[in-house]
Amino acid sequence: MLSQIEGSRAVAEAVARCRPQVICAYPISPQTHIVEALSALVKSGRLTGCEYVNVESEFAAMSVAIGASAAGARAYTATASQGLLYMVEALYNAAGLGLPIVMTVANRAIGAPINIWNDHSDTMSQRDSGWIQLYAESNQDAVDLHVLAFRLAEELSTPVMVCMDGFVLTHAVEPVDLPDPSQVDAFLPALRPRQVLDPAEPVSIGAMVGPEAFTEVRYLAHLTQLRALDRIPVLARELRDVLGRGGTGLVDPYRCEDAETVVVALGSVLGTLKDTVDELRAEGVAVGVLGVTTFRPFPADALREALRRARRVVVLERAFAVGVGGVVSADIAAAMAGTPQRHYTVVAGLGGRPVTRDSLHSMIADAAADQLAPLTFLDLDHDLVRQATGGQP
Amino acid sequence: MYEIRLHGRGGQGVVTASELLSVAAFNEGRYAQAFPSFGSERTGAPVAAFCRIDDRRIRLREPVRRPDAVIVQDATLLRHVDVFAGLAPGGLVLLNTGLDTFDGIPPGVRTHLVPATQLALEHIGRPVPNAPLLGAFAAASGQVALESVVRAIRQRFTGRMAEANVAAARHAHALVSAQQRERADA
Amino acid sequence: MTVQRVKFYQTGSFAVGNRLLDPAQRSTQARMDRANSITSGHRACQGCGEALAARYVLDAASRATGGQLVVVNATGCLEVFSTPYPESAWRVPWLHSLFGNAPAVASGVAAALRARGRTEIRVIGQGGDGGTVDIGFGALSGMFERNDDVLYVCYDNQAYMNTGVQRSGATPPAARTATTPAVGPQPGNTFGQGKSAPLVAMAHEIPYVATATVAGLRDLEAKVFRAMQLRGARYLHVLVPCPLGWGSGTGETIRLGRLAVETGLFPVFEAERGEVVAVTPIRRRLPVEEYLRPQRRYAHLFEPAVRSDVIERLQAMADRNVRRFHLGGKR
Repeated sequence: MLSQIEGSRAVAEAVARCRPQVICAYPISPQTHIVEALSALVKSGRLTGCEYVNVESEFAAMSVAIGASAAGARAYTATASQGLLYMVEALYNAAGLGLPIVMTVANRAIGAPINIWNDHSDTMSQRDSGWIQLYAESNQDAVDLHVLAFRLAEELSTPVMVCMDGFVLTHAVEPVDLPDPSQVDAFLPALRPRQVLDPAEPVSIGAMVGPEAFTEVRYLAHLTQLRALDRIPVLARELRDVLGRGGTGLVDPYRCEDAETVVVALGSVLGTLKDTVDELRAEGVAVGVLGVTTFRPFPADALREALRRARRVVVLERAFAVGVGGVVSADIAAAMAGTPQRHYTVVAGLGGRPVTRDSLHSMIADAAADQLAPLTFLDLDHDLVRQATGGQP
Repeated sequence: MYEIRLHGRGGQGVVTASELLSVAAFNEGRYAQAFPSFGSERTGAPVAAFCRIDDRRIRLREPVRRPDAVIVQDATLLRHVDVFAGLAPGGLVLLNTGLDTFDGIPPGVRTHLVPATQLALEHIGRPVPNAPLLGAFAAASGQVALESVVRAIRQRFTGRMAEANVAAARHAHALVSAQQRERADA
Repeated sequence: MTVQRVKFYQTGSFAVGNRLLDPAQRSTQARMDRANSITSGHRACQGCGEALAARYVLDAASRATGGQLVVVNATGCLEVFSTPYPESAWRVPWLHSLFGNAPAVASGVAAALRARGRTEIRVIGQGGDGGTVDIGFGALSGMFERNDDVLYVCYDNQAYMNTGVQRSGATPPAARTATTPAVGPQPGNTFGQGKSAPLVAMAHEIPYVATATVAGLRDLEAKVFRAMQLRGARYLHVLVPCPLGWGSGTGETIRLGRLAVETGLFPVFEAERGEVVAVTPIRRRLPVEEYLRPQRRYAHLFEPAVRSDVIERLQAMADRNVRRFHLGGKR
């Protein structure tokens, strides 16, 4: 049903339709509206069969989810930024134990300095944790990805985080088609855990694994994630058949077929990029956009295929690796090793600085003329930097 | 695409106004996007919110920098915030004030001064000027019908509060409509 | 035939089993059908108080719940010596997550069982003193505050034993650990404020709080039974001597537990909703020195010279416990 609804509330409605059994939440901007909406759904009786646990920290939130999932319940939580970091130990634990937890991360910068606005520092910092990472371009996308996430997590017995830009998406009110509960039920069956704590058949979960077996256990986790690269398009297609909309789940190419310059990006900035590309195309510039939906596992093949005909690739990053440069661009460069394309990394929108069409126009113009430095920070105040560094650019 | 920027202070319902505006457009089958300019707003601090209305899907995510209309819920902001930034000649200004004239509005823009706080106090009993300004916007811009605004208000609020806001919106709409007729006659 | 005078302390015999006792009063450990929740073959040190207490607690809990039990374990000795992949000593459903989150994970298990309509299955969270009073303290308090239906058991051997005997918030004053070495003018752990997890649990006014030691099998079993009769957050704090960490003989574990009680250093009591409802009075009050001497972690109080100043302070702590908890007993 099409509703004009805030992103957070749309996600809460989507999660509710997935019949979670345990929701545990600790509030942090800009995720608060999600967990508030879910608490109202549970307390009012609209969402039944669900225990809502108010926990004392994000570390507790993921820990409660771990216990709940291990005991056979469909578990969900949500966080952002500092909260994600506070639960890192538990993140790795959940992935290592193969628990199909789904978590929303309302992408927000990480301090210091404290900053509550949107960028991808938080989830990018956890790309090695073993969690599958899906990035939503719009609130519709966020809703559909949550449904996909639960099915994917439970099929592979691996946790999945759905990343949506904090404030930009969570607090935006726009039309969203909320799937009918029957549609979600058709796509998402009841949880059948790979292993479960049950006195009828006792198991020990969480043993200590020594050098003789640890590598194999971790390699198997790697293989499981790689299997996701095959399963995501299949499940996305199945979901598309149910909902009548949706992409491949891995990457989303836009006007890339004959593009000389392709801008690669994740998340809500893709919307602004698509408008920019349309404007530039009208001026005859051969530019396209490649959205990345699944970042972990990294869809190297799909990416290489989509960028095959481009002359240059501009990676628009919403996070960066201090002392190194790009994060996403490093994975892209590795995937495209040996190919002739030129690569540019542009770090943009850190800490919620708006990424504007105007700036993107200049960026693409410079890239098309190969006048871009390998690494640039979009809209950097050079005067301020010069002042602060006593002259160094 | 029609872009609106709303300015006010925390506690005056600026964000709600932008959302209601988007719901009003949605109620007419159009595409609308509303979002706040986010900060750790406290009551009284300047806030801004944005609304875009179009007939096709809106993909853009940047703040509204070239508004077609600016709604100012608190006139004291003019001293501190460049509320008219990016507003082109021919653009629309709705300013909440009981005065008949107001200094500081750029030339060449269509302006309607609306005593929204007074109307709010009269109909709602609280100085929350957002609903009347939405009614005024409907009249001044023609982008949404008054009845769409009314429906949006009733979807968000219930009972006496809803009807009080509706009454204030209708009253403001009538005022602005009268202003438009005066100008047309002049 | 020699005649041996047998001395009974009523039915509270120190013996695990006693053929002269009514079978109904037989301890769980003495029963043929005991669950053996943690079975033999694990790698605990000889004389490990924690391994013993875990077996006592979980077998009693198993009996009290008809085997409908799930156990969540914090990182620590108990977890490490019981689950060296690919082996496990646990015959109950068992989950180990992290060091500081066992109370939260247990809360999660309880929530799942509620959601799935399986509340006949009971949840026990367990960990050492480090995981409970230090790194897990926030999670423990959260669990108490929510009154989650979990019995949390702390096996207190008064230091981070698994990682090499470092000091924890539960390490008693003057005790030597790897991070409170017996050097300098104030050898061993400082005289700090202490951190009484049982008293903190009582401050949360949860349905049941109790202390026990590995020396009092029947008392411990009875407390587990009592706890499993109740719903909501329950906390059991068990003193478990560690021969390695305490520098005591491997055959001394139970005796030291008893001495801790009889000196007054470890008060044994029960509380419900923040009020003490029962205490175990001290039979024969002993001076703290009798407890300290057999432990090399206190050797510096006796060699090269007797540190009567420190011993007196420890005695004062014991005396205060006796007064505060009305432990009675003659000295």
